[in-house]
Amino acid sequence: MKSVVCVKQVPDSAAKVIVEDGQATWGDAPLVLNPWDEYAVETALKQQEAHGGDVIVLSMGDESSKEALKHSLAMGCNEAILISDPAMKGSDSLVTSQVLSAAIKKVGDVEMAFFGRQAIDGDVGVTAAQTARFLGWPAFTLVSTISELDPDTKIVRVERSIEEGRQIVEGKMPAVISVVKDIGEPRYPSFMGIRKASRANIPTWTLGDLGIDTPEPAVSWSDLENPPQREITTEIISGDSPEVIADTLADKIMEEKVL
Amino acid sequence: MDFALTEEHRMTQKMVREFAQKEVAPIIKEYDRKQEMAAFVLTRMAELGFLGICFPVEYGGQGMDYITLGLTCEELEAVDTSLRVVMSVHVGLNSMGLLQWGTEQQKQRFLVPQARGEKIACFGLTEPEAGSDVAGIRSTARLQGDEYILNGEKMWISLASKADHALVIARTDLDAGDPHDGLSALMVELDRPGVSRGDIHGKLGVRAGSTGWLSFQDVHVPMDNRIGEPGEGFKIAMACLDNGRYTVAAGATGLIRACLEASVKYAHERNAFGREIGKFQLVQRKIAYMVQSYDASRLLYLRAGWMKNQGVRNTRETSLAKWFATDESFAAAAEAIQIHGGYGYSDEYDVERYLRNAKGATIYEGTSEIHQLIQAGYALGYREGSQLRCELPAYEAEAWQTKPFSPQT
Repeated sequence: MKSVVCVKQVPDSAAKVIVEDGQATWGDAPLVLNPWDEYAVETALKQQEAHGGDVIVLSMGDESSKEALKHSLAMGCNEAILISDPAMKGSDSLVTSQVLSAAIKKVGDVEMAFFGRQAIDGDVGVTAAQTARFLGWPAFTLVSTISELDPDTKIVRVERSIEEGRQIVEGKMPAVISVVKDIGEPRYPSFMGIRKASRANIPTWTLGDLGIDTPEPAVSWSDLENPPQREITTEIISGDSPEVIADTLADKIMEEKVL
Repeated sequence: MDFALTEEHRMTQKMVREFAQKEVAPIIKEYDRKQEMAAFVLTRMAELGFLGICFPVEYGGQGMDYITLGLTCEELEAVDTSLRVVMSVHVGLNSMGLLQWGTEQQKQRFLVPQARGEKIACFGLTEPEAGSDVAGIRSTARLQGDEYILNGEKMWISLASKADHALVIARTDLDAGDPHDGLSALMVELDRPGVSRGDIHGKLGVRAGSTGWLSFQDVHVPMDNRIGEPGEGFKIAMACLDNGRYTVAAGATGLIRACLEASVKYAHERNAFGREIGKFQLVQRKIAYMVQSYDASRLLYLRAGWMKNQGVRNTRETSLAKWFATDESFAAAAEAIQIHGGYGYSDEYDVERYLRNAKGATIYEGTSEIHQLIQAGYALGYREGSQLRCELPAYEAEAWQTKPFSPQT
């Protein structure tokens, strides 16, 4: 079974994101594989252990995204492909999913595409579903358990983790799955994987290679602004008894029109 | 000259850091208080390949270089010393000794299972009455037919109660003119009749690590288990220490980093006299010294690792790195507590553990005083590095990584 994992390079979750000249920046904070995507890589590798075949990891972004791809290779993916094109600058999830779906088609014979539930930078969380739509495949999003995935019968049965509880869904392969944390802890890179990743020569595909025109984004980013600095003053209310303190506090709250 | 780490080095650092942070940091205080080694530690370190990190793939290892070993030790000790100690004894003192001195057959018998992490190894040099004075070793191994009969006691042995194999230095020639020449090295499987062992409790530090004793009473050890030639035990022990000390130096560097990171964080958080304490120059001075110690220790151990990679003898450089980094880690931990004030004195914060853990490393694998004698000995020309019969093999990436895998082209 050939599967694809789509991953994104994002600023480390500990990075402090600020706005400079209308653009978000995280300074020189390290870039990492989107933590949710690590779960997707783990899921793909688990399925590979069960059913064989190759796992190909795809990422859309600039040269720096090769780090995320190498991390995925070190975890055990067989191949990595970077999709990079200056024309994709300013893309939204619609553009991303169009490009990813074209790339999945170009890889060929893909039976499963795995995603993390969302990327921790944009936090939009719709790329998996949109990619499935472009591919014309069923989308199983927010999956916490894969109870059945059979490359012979093509049956996929999963448990989805949704606000109302757990939902069991069944469908046919090829399909798109986006996973949540409960799917299983991602493995660490192995030393063999690290050696392989450090030697890997990762090919870059452009929009031309995918044979598609530059997709039009539906969302445009207006200038970003830092949230206004909040002025905080602290006042300790004292009094002879808890009742007096509570009364004074209540008066203050009313006075400040908090309530 | 190239100071840059390779991609392999950086990826390993990150992986080891994630393991230590995610799996060990949350539970370490509990085990330190209980004076117990967490059962999963050895299993996980074996599964992740740490126990065979710098051995050729053909010997069950991971085929990484000696610098990777150092970086791994730095990352492990930045979380807890007990993790690095595993690397020091299993990898540095024992398995690297086998790589250097073992016959092909001995490598297959002992190194392969050790590098795979299927067997755990320790190192039996120190005795109740012989530490720095190695020539004072009293354990004996008397040759009887094609077996040695081993008797004696070993003390302060890390992993004594966990290990399957011990590299034991014992006296095989009671009449040697120079007592150094009467010692030999034996690999002893610790399930042999006559072996007893146990843990030592009540240590100042490394309480989540296993430290114990080994006792041998008429233990029959086949002659095939002797590593090196008869009478070569002292040289082998010293060569093993060249490797063990390297891991200690790298680990102590990680401990300094942990002190620095904890101090910087606290100096930003804690306010006194109306500002964060990092703004005070006396706190800054302490932090500046930690930065200095960290950078210098790191450069010293990386130089030693680089020399090992090149196959260049590094006894002096490794001793210097170990002496400097361990003394500095103790000083850094003391200052980290000072910065943390009263909180630093309690186990609510990690820094008190750092101090307790740092002290041991200024004693084991050559006390700071022994390292001063070594350094002065070289400087004064009283000591020189003579060629060993077997040197530690240089790192050769191609040959060490021969296990087939298909690199992406």
